[in-house]
Amino acid sequence: MITLTDYLLVGAGLFCIGIYMVVSKSNAIQVLIGIELMLNAAILNLVAFGGYDRFNNAGQMFALFAIVLAAATTAVALAIILNVYKRYKTIDPGKVDSLKEWEG
Amino acid sequence: MTMVKLLFYAMAFIALGSALFVAATKNLVRSVFMFFITLFALAGLYVLAIADFVAITQIVIYVGGILVLILFAFMLSGRENLNYVAAVQNKFISVRKLPAILLAVAFLIILVNVVVKMDPDNLVWIKNAVAQKSDIQANSNMTENIGINLMTNYLLPFEAVSILLMIALIGAAHLSRKGDTA
Repeated sequence: MITLTDYLLVGAGLFCIGIYMVVSKSNAIQVLIGIELMLNAAILNLVAFGGYDRFNNAGQMFALFAIVLAAATTAVALAIILNVYKRYKTIDPGKVDSLKEWEG
Repeated sequence: MTMVKLLFYAMAFIALGSALFVAATKNLVRSVFMFFITLFALAGLYVLAIADFVAITQIVIYVGGILVLILFAFMLSGRENLNYVAAVQNKFISVRKLPAILLAVAFLIILVNVVVKMDPDNLVWIKNAVAQKSDIQANSNMTENIGINLMTNYLLPFEAVSILLMIALIGAAHLSRKGDTA
């Protein structure tokens, strides 16, 4: 039988890879992929703990909600990224440094 | 070693390996396609945790929806941009990434430490669940259970999520429309 520790360790590894991508990548879409990896690690933990709650099934239910919310997040984030690209001609988060109009 | 255990390690290896490839590769389009593999491997892990409905949802929403959206954003945000990013990464590979690697490794050490010290398989409520046979068995019918729970226990979160999805849909459509008021 697969133990809970195995799932949690896999989740920890995925989460750290996600953190690495969010911090180091200079492309907003790759940062977004890093966030998705972290979300997936969290969902994996939810599913793993949900295995011990058959009747209320809270783990799997909230894993489903998390997946749906991830979809909503991605849709809005990509719309924002496309707008940023239209205005700045780059999607490097380090180069987007003004809140209002961009000059030059 | 049982078949389930073997499959679990294979899936975990594929998931972690492809995630590492996604993080390490310089070819951005290839990294997006490798992300497909990570998501499929994660769906396999959900199946092994007897969460088949979650696994199917993962494939339908992530692979069918989110990744297609990400690919669209890639195509729409210009190619010169991709080349530029690759060139920058080639030049400063060790200097720029060292802090990020350090942060990720430190966080990994902390997380692994927490998991090992917590010893999750011997937690009280988990032992109780196993003793009362309320853990998910290999033959339990979880999809039916999810359907019933969705319409009884979790009706309020379900409706809240549906409203939030609609708000996100309208917001995304408003943000990405043409015109200078956006």
